[in-house]
Amino acid sequence: MIRLLVAAALAATVAGCGADPERGDTVTVFAAASLTESFTTIGREFEAANRGTRVVFNFAGSSALAAQINQGAPADVFASAAPANMATVAGAGAPVTFARNQLVIAVPRGNPKGVRSLADLARGGVKVALCAEQVPCGAAARKVLDAAGVRFTPVTLEQDVKGALSKVRLGEVDAALVYRTDVRAAASDVDGVEFPGSAGAVNDYPIVVLKDAPNRAGAEAFVAFVRSERGRAVLTGAGFQPP
Amino acid sequence: MTPKRRIPVALAVPAALGLAFLVLPLAGLLVRAPWSTLPQRLTEPAVRSALALSLQTATLATALCLVLGVPLAWLLARAEFPGRRLVRALVTVPLVLPPVVGGVALLLVFGRRGLVGGWLDQVFGISLPFTTAGVVVAEAFVAMPFLVIAVEGALRGADSRFEEAAATLGAGRWVTFTRVTLPLVAPGVAAGAVLCWARALGEFGATITFAGSYPGTTRTMPLAVYLALETDPPAAIVLSLLLLAVSVTILTALRDRWLTGS
Repeated sequence: MIRLLVAAALAATVAGCGADPERGDTVTVFAAASLTESFTTIGREFEAANRGTRVVFNFAGSSALAAQINQGAPADVFASAAPANMATVAGAGAPVTFARNQLVIAVPRGNPKGVRSLADLARGGVKVALCAEQVPCGAAARKVLDAAGVRFTPVTLEQDVKGALSKVRLGEVDAALVYRTDVRAAASDVDGVEFPGSAGAVNDYPIVVLKDAPNRAGAEAFVAFVRSERGRAVLTGAGFQPP
Repeated sequence: MTPKRRIPVALAVPAALGLAFLVLPLAGLLVRAPWSTLPQRLTEPAVRSALALSLQTATLATALCLVLGVPLAWLLARAEFPGRRLVRALVTVPLVLPPVVGGVALLLVFGRRGLVGGWLDQVFGISLPFTTAGVVVAEAFVAMPFLVIAVEGALRGADSRFEEAAATLGAGRWVTFTRVTLPLVAPGVAAGAVLCWARALGEFGATITFAGSYPGTTRTMPLAVYLALETDPPAAIVLSLLLLAVSVTILTALRDRWLTGS
């Protein structure tokens, strides 16, 4: 019995590793951290619509994902939070924009420090988390803060947007600049404060089927599903704007 | 001296593979290092500040572990009390706990809304997260078991008749501890401190979770490596090499000085 199980597991592993697009029934999707909730939902619906297909996600900061793909990670689809990170991926074909997201100020529920604007972030005694400038949310934050002429020292520069958000959720910081979708996903712990100029810091989210995709057919089907009416509905429901 | 013996092939082959497995990744770092730009990369202010912060916090964390860990080890090795085995198991928990989980746990206790942290913040206005002190706390949390286990082992191996002799000659417990026990186990304490320091120097998960990442304040070398890896891999390799060189240098220096023969 055990030998049978081992054989089955080995067979499954071999099948999973095989680069044959006809047989691969797993689609591996590398997606920006801010897509965690919406893509998980889309993945579930995609699996329901395509019996026997499994979608495996790797959610992280877009630049981390780009680095992993360039190091040879076996991804089929890459969805980035900014075109800049997409451009660094060698094997990306022609990416298409499938959603847009904008920054808001996330504050702990009830907004204890009364943060109402970007300028409030620079007030004494207000602890702010930002993303590191190397990731899209950090680059976008730098852009809006520079445009508004607001200068302050954040307490931390997080590796991805969920890192910044979790510091707000835990109440360790008084505010963070994150995407509107992140605030919506964490609505039980976090309030969002929109600010003038936030529309000027809109990130385009590109998606692409990678050149070396082990499961090209599945990858194309997934991208089509994300861009379909159903996929778009999930994304808008999460707070994304259509491209 | 052990007599020379033929090494059985069944052991030699896996041993050689094991060695290659441990050494090859380090060789990979050396091969892929951007040697031509190395000097200018090493003198970048970001690199210098991360290195200084790492050395400083690892040393402070080791000091903290010594102050708290040596007495704890003594308690485990010499004192009889109910639940001692449970205490020892609890002490080793951070060894097996994923450091990120340790960081979350630290936030829940020492964070601004934490059990202890909330009180510290209200009464003293002290807040540990996002401070260099927070980095020290995170590193000490993860590294202390290494020290405690090493020192406890040394204490158990030490001949307790010296302590008994000191006691019969009229030395109090404190004098016995500082004048007899500690010198007796000094090599064990040194070995534990070195292990503890090395672990603190490499600490990543608990630090980034509990203390965040800000240059000069909380962004230690491992955090800088992780960030650099995403956008500037050669810089990450340089930082890794530097970290490797520092730890190897310090470990060999200390080993020659204190740990030979143990």
